[in-house]
Amino acid sequence: MTRMKTMLGYAGAKRLARGLGWFSIALGALELLAPRRVGDALGMQHESGAIQAYGAREIASGIGILAARDPTPWIWARVIGDALDLATLAPNADPRNPQRPYVLMAIGAVAGVALLDYLCADGLARKEDDHRSRRDYADRSGFPQSPNAMRGAAREPEMVSTARH
Amino acid sequence: MKALCWHGKEDIRCDSVPDPRIEEPRDAIIRMTSCAICGSDLHLYDGFMPGMKSGDIMGHEFMGEVVEVGSGNKKLKVGDRVVVPFTIVCGDCDQCRRSNFSVCERTNRNKDLADKAFGHTTAGLFGYTHLTGGYPGGQAEYVRVPYADVGPVKVPSTLTDEQVLFLGDIFPTGWQAAIQCDIEPTDTVAIWGAGPVGQMAVRSAVLLGARQVIMIDNVPERLSMAAAGGAITINFDEESVVERLNDLTGGKGPEKCIDAVGMEAHASGSVDSLYDRAKQALMLETDRPHVLREMIYVCRPAGVLSIPGVYGGLIDKIPFGALMNKGLTIRTGQTHVNKWTDDLLRRIEEGEIDPSFVITHTARLEDGPEFYKTFRDKKDGCIKVVLKP
Repeated sequence: MTRMKTMLGYAGAKRLARGLGWFSIALGALELLAPRRVGDALGMQHESGAIQAYGAREIASGIGILAARDPTPWIWARVIGDALDLATLAPNADPRNPQRPYVLMAIGAVAGVALLDYLCADGLARKEDDHRSRRDYADRSGFPQSPNAMRGAAREPEMVSTARH
Repeated sequence: MKALCWHGKEDIRCDSVPDPRIEEPRDAIIRMTSCAICGSDLHLYDGFMPGMKSGDIMGHEFMGEVVEVGSGNKKLKVGDRVVVPFTIVCGDCDQCRRSNFSVCERTNRNKDLADKAFGHTTAGLFGYTHLTGGYPGGQAEYVRVPYADVGPVKVPSTLTDEQVLFLGDIFPTGWQAAIQCDIEPTDTVAIWGAGPVGQMAVRSAVLLGARQVIMIDNVPERLSMAAAGGAITINFDEESVVERLNDLTGGKGPEKCIDAVGMEAHASGSVDSLYDRAKQALMLETDRPHVLREMIYVCRPAGVLSIPGVYGGLIDKIPFGALMNKGLTIRTGQTHVNKWTDDLLRRIEEGEIDPSFVITHTARLEDGPEFYKTFRDKKDGCIKVVLKP
């Protein structure tokens, strides 16, 4: 994964996390509201309850990612959720399942998203590198003297009265 | 001439358009020497402000040289060097006589539209939707300035463009935001948004004598610039704004709060921000007022909320009970630029402040579309872009 580690910086990972958060909510809503359709497509007609539970998990992850100050734990939670999804889908890839092609497609899709989740979590871990590479404007005060020396320089009587009109 | 034109969401192009000409006796034509991309231009770029038409010329922060004046204009002459305020003002109406220039009653040529949208018209603005007159803006080689015998501010040749350009918008906007706070020497002033207006508000609050100025943002380089101007900084990605403000004020909260963010607030670590995004996506809300909610919550009772940040329409879930019971005062509005320009120009001339500190990027006008994106995405440490036609 060494090469992959260079693919996503902290800022990109933050943007990707937002996208994954909304994706999580959308997928979760689909699983929660239309479990039978999802089940039919994957040959899992009798697992509506489980599909709805997975949907609730997706929505919780999505809200966590979008609402948390630091989305990293929620992204890792998604990685674990991806593993759970793959473990659930794998037995249904049985050749006897008439929906097998769709199950294989779903496995591929989950694997792809899992990779994105991992890259995102990896990128989020690089916050310190990101801070070091940013510009520093510590010399841009705009004042001829230190801010403390300039404090109150404009506090003239006429200015105070203007403010109260 | 070349001009940056709006063609839709995230679609600004450098087009060839007809040169402007004198239309009214009080007009002047200005040849641009410098113009800037303003944070409020981004609301147009992002498609959040209604009333734009394809081909509209952008830009409301600009300066240059007078190349032509109308027959009724006795104030300007060809060759004058002027900064043009973003508000177009007549100087004669009831509001202008009270120095409420941003709500001039005459200059919005789409008054009926504004009356319907806002109840009463506000001033015409350069390059800022047909709700405010649909006037061509100043991100161009030339611009027609209506009522040019009132608004434009003559500037001396001893000062550079970079020192005086921001008299047209962000400097008086940050200044008015601080003035509206009625700052006392014992006050803590908390400012949300370390963009250009927020930076000017920090310096203004310091000059006006605030005991403590606090800047809230999550972009490290912007926070570093705010700190340079004398602010204590809070990175909302790393710590709780409410807890830190309480720590810094002995649990009482800041007496004065300034919203230099406006309608596109986004905040990590807040459920209400998520709610706003979802509601905005469903077109059930036009603006995202996270900062307003937070200001109402943290402000010390009997404090002041000053709002220079631009809002365009409807907001939801404002804790008005807290606002009312805490006895907070809200002061807002587009900037009455000409009310402040003489005083601020004097302060620049006397060396009290040099607003050019905020410029991080200078580019050719033709490169403007690219720099809209750089500025919007806060890439490459971008805080303020100046374009040279």
